Amino acid sequence: MSEQFEPVIIGFTCNWCSYRAADLAGTARMKYAPNVRLIRLMCSGRLDPTFVMKALATGADGVLITGCHPGECHYVEQNYKALRRYLLLRRVLKGMGIAPERVKLVWASAAEGTKLTNEINTFVEEIRALGPLGWNKKLAGNGHAVEELAVEEVAA
Amino acid sequence: MSKPKFAMYWSGSCGGCEIAVINIHEKILDVDANFDIAFWPVAMDAKVKDVEALEDGAILLTLWNGSIRNEENEHMAHLLRKKSKILVAFGSCATEGCIPGLANLAPLHEIFDVAFHTISTDNPQGIHPQPVTKVPEGEISIPLMKDRVYTLAQVVDVDYYMPGCPPESHQIAAVIDLVIQVLQGKAELPPKGSVIGAGGSTVCEECPRKRGVKTIKAFHRIQEVAPVDPDICLLEQGVPCNGPATRSGCDARCPNVGAQCIGCYGPAEGVIDYGARLVTAFASVIDATEPEEIERILDGIPDPTGQFYRFNLADSLFRASASSFKKNGQSPAKASGA
Ligand code: SF4
Ligand code: SF4
Ligand code: SF4
Ligand code: FES
Repeated sequence: MSEQFEPVIIGFTCNWCSYRAADLAGTARMKYAPNVRLIRLMCSGRLDPTFVMKALATGADGVLITGCHPGECHYVEQNYKALRRYLLLRRVLKGMGIAPERVKLVWASAAEGTKLTNEINTFVEEIRALGPLGWNKKLAGNGHAVEELAVEEVAA
Repeated sequence: MSKPKFAMYWSGSCGGCEIAVINIHEKILDVDANFDIAFWPVAMDAKVKDVEALEDGAILLTLWNGSIRNEENEHMAHLLRKKSKILVAFGSCATEGCIPGLANLAPLHEIFDVAFHTISTDNPQGIHPQPVTKVPEGEISIPLMKDRVYTLAQVVDVDYYMPGCPPESHQIAAVIDLVIQVLQGKAELPPKGSVIGAGGSTVCEECPRKRGVKTIKAFHRIQEVAPVDPDICLLEQGVPCNGPATRSGCDARCPNVGAQCIGCYGPAEGVIDYGARLVTAFASVIDATEPEEIERILDGIPDPTGQFYRFNLADSLFRASASSFKKNGQSPAKASGA
């Protein structure tokens, strides 16, 4: 395949900060890589690690989690919870043989459209360098041991 | 009137579930009184061809204990599915892969190497099992391993799920009672796909230990906590307890006797990924906001995969680790001692 690998990335954004930052980037016509599909949550604290696992298991190559800066979460300290989940989740991913770098947490306030677009662009390149994850294809195998084996002769 | 037929079969498992069925004591006589035991290799002699000779749907109830590890397991699952009206995934191995499912953390050739060619195995001739072997009388074969461990429902349609490693005897007895009542027209079967012989909530709900909002600064192995407070939640004492994500049904057996729940009843109702739910639960008791401190606290869980997926790996969203997906034959030439 000579074409450049285009990663599929799911981005979870917080309604009060990063989603607005993305919106701001849009209205200001800042350009960012089209690889990220943004999903809006009310707060990074709503991010159930199940969402991240499901994204990766069903075809995403990377997941970007974004939220308000520490101390600025609209639900007081939910972004610290998100941080703790994220750090533990990375360890679980590692145990599954998935590069923890495929998931990234970024803080971005509603005013930081430029910061967010830069982070998105950097992340897309990082995932491009890691290559496809393709977990959905791995799971779709037919489940049989595939290697053809030679028939062994046993002396009488 | 002839009695309805009952079967129990085991595949990739430890046999503990069969023991658990025997452990219902005199209730086992009710099974015998109400059923004609058509096939139960652990308990009586019967041949696969006897099962093959039955009409489709001839067995009323089959309890299937075990994961799907090889092609014979899979073949038998299809056969018993066809011959049974009600197929129950019985125990953690059948419902979620259980301990056999942890093999999904390694590629097949590594599993064979460990089993046949490491220091703990006395194998001077370097024997390595081959799917097909020629002997003077002809060819003999053994079933091919599947690439990874599967749950029963991942290969055939399952009617009911009965969790537990093994299911608690009183729960088995209750399920047998229910089926007998259904036979006598006194009760109805639950909707297809139901989890039976367990609760709808979490182990925490059944656990008598007190929970505050206490948060922790470190995780400890239980033997390092001295003394363990007998009345307070273990997780709040820094002991990794899987109760918050685990299905109720065992009466919180382990925390009741001072040990943490390791999750043998599988995911609680509504939990999509057991490990993900525990990531959430454990993250919320950690009392830290700085990444470095959080990482230091997390170091107290040295094997998160084992902690979070001891029983559920084969049924988790990922199913297996990346390495086990590599294409692996049963018998790589270099390992066969040739
Ligand atoms: S569920 Fe547990 S007790 Fe039952 S066969 Fe599997 S390992 Fe053994
Ligand atoms: S976490 Fe464990 S000890 Fe605490 S309430 Fe739940 S089951 Fe009981
Ligand atoms: S407390 Fe947990 S590990 Fe112990 S029997 Fe119950 S579900 Fe299984
Ligand atoms: S409101 Fe933005 S992270 Fe909580």
